[in-house]
Amino acid sequence: MENKMDDLSTLWVYLSASPIMSIMVTLAAFLVASQINRLAGGSAFLHPVIVAIAIIVAFLTLIDMNYQQYFEGAQFIHFLLGPATVALAVPLYDHLERVKQMFWPLMIACVSGIMTAALSTIVIVVGMGGSRETVLSLTPKSVTSPIAMGIAEKIGGYPSLTAGLVLVTGAIGCVIGPLLFKALKINDHSVQGFTMGLAAHGFGTAQSFAVSSVAGAFAGLAMGLTGMLSAFILPLVVRFLGV
Amino acid sequence: MLFGFLILLLCQFFGELIVRYLDWPFPGPVVGMVLLLVGLIINGGVPSGVRQASEGLLTYLALLFVPAGVGLMVHYNLIAADGLVIATALVLSTAVTLLVTGVLLNKLAAKHIDKESESGKQNG
Repeated sequence: MENKMDDLSTLWVYLSASPIMSIMVTLAAFLVASQINRLAGGSAFLHPVIVAIAIIVAFLTLIDMNYQQYFEGAQFIHFLLGPATVALAVPLYDHLERVKQMFWPLMIACVSGIMTAALSTIVIVVGMGGSRETVLSLTPKSVTSPIAMGIAEKIGGYPSLTAGLVLVTGAIGCVIGPLLFKALKINDHSVQGFTMGLAAHGFGTAQSFAVSSVAGAFAGLAMGLTGMLSAFILPLVVRFLGV
Repeated sequence: MLFGFLILLLCQFFGELIVRYLDWPFPGPVVGMVLLLVGLIINGGVPSGVRQASEGLLTYLALLFVPAGVGLMVHYNLIAADGLVIATALVLSTAVTLLVTGVLLNKLAAKHIDKESESGKQNG
């Protein structure tokens, strides 16, 4: 009996050290979260990514596995974010004519959006007495996570905190965006997509692809453009304001 | 499909290379996206393998964010201490950003949008 227990615990140690555990948990949690979201009528309040994260955190706490151990396996899923970002060039190419026509409006809207996102965050957090680390980790919240992490590191925030808050921002954008478009009668899919991609990066892009391929292409464009321009603008804004 | 995936990885690889070499502040995949876009324009179309691979990845875009998001658990203390500030800033700032961007772009691009909806009406 004791031998058997020993075998089992050795097996457990072996399995939890191999990537298969984290990958399985991630896929299973995401499937369950998608199902929950479907049952809730697709409400962005229960965004599959946020629900999946909650399930995984609860599970890891339960089996006493820390984030580093988890990420050792989950990095294989995380890695695919790179090629997926490159892949955004395809929908962008498909709608290149529209993008060319609207080039200057898009650029002006993008810079204004970036400044609004950064300044409103800084004003609110400083105004409510948040810590300096909180301000700096929150400032790049609308930027797609790989770029946001780089910016946070550069201006003195916590990159891993930023990564998480970027996701929460994305989910919030998915809730507020469609309501706002309805209230303001913004019906054009290119405008909706670009706005979602700017404020809610990959989440907004994923949601926009579900609306239409035009919306998705403009969201992807906004996400890439916001990321690149933010990498230049945000460090300057933070230095200028002396945060 | 495999060929398409290789193309995506190649673009990312050269993107990373350029970023490291020139010490640019943004990540390699974004530069890779620009490289692929330029390549597609030169090529004058999207090879079917590249389209398959990119559509496959973009379908599961949301899933790919999960591993990084679980990292929130590491910052439990800071989130607990500044929770209200963080929540307020996230909600308000995101709403204002959506509002400013959406309204501004809707005004600036009105010319293109109207043209299309009008032609849509005529066709319909």
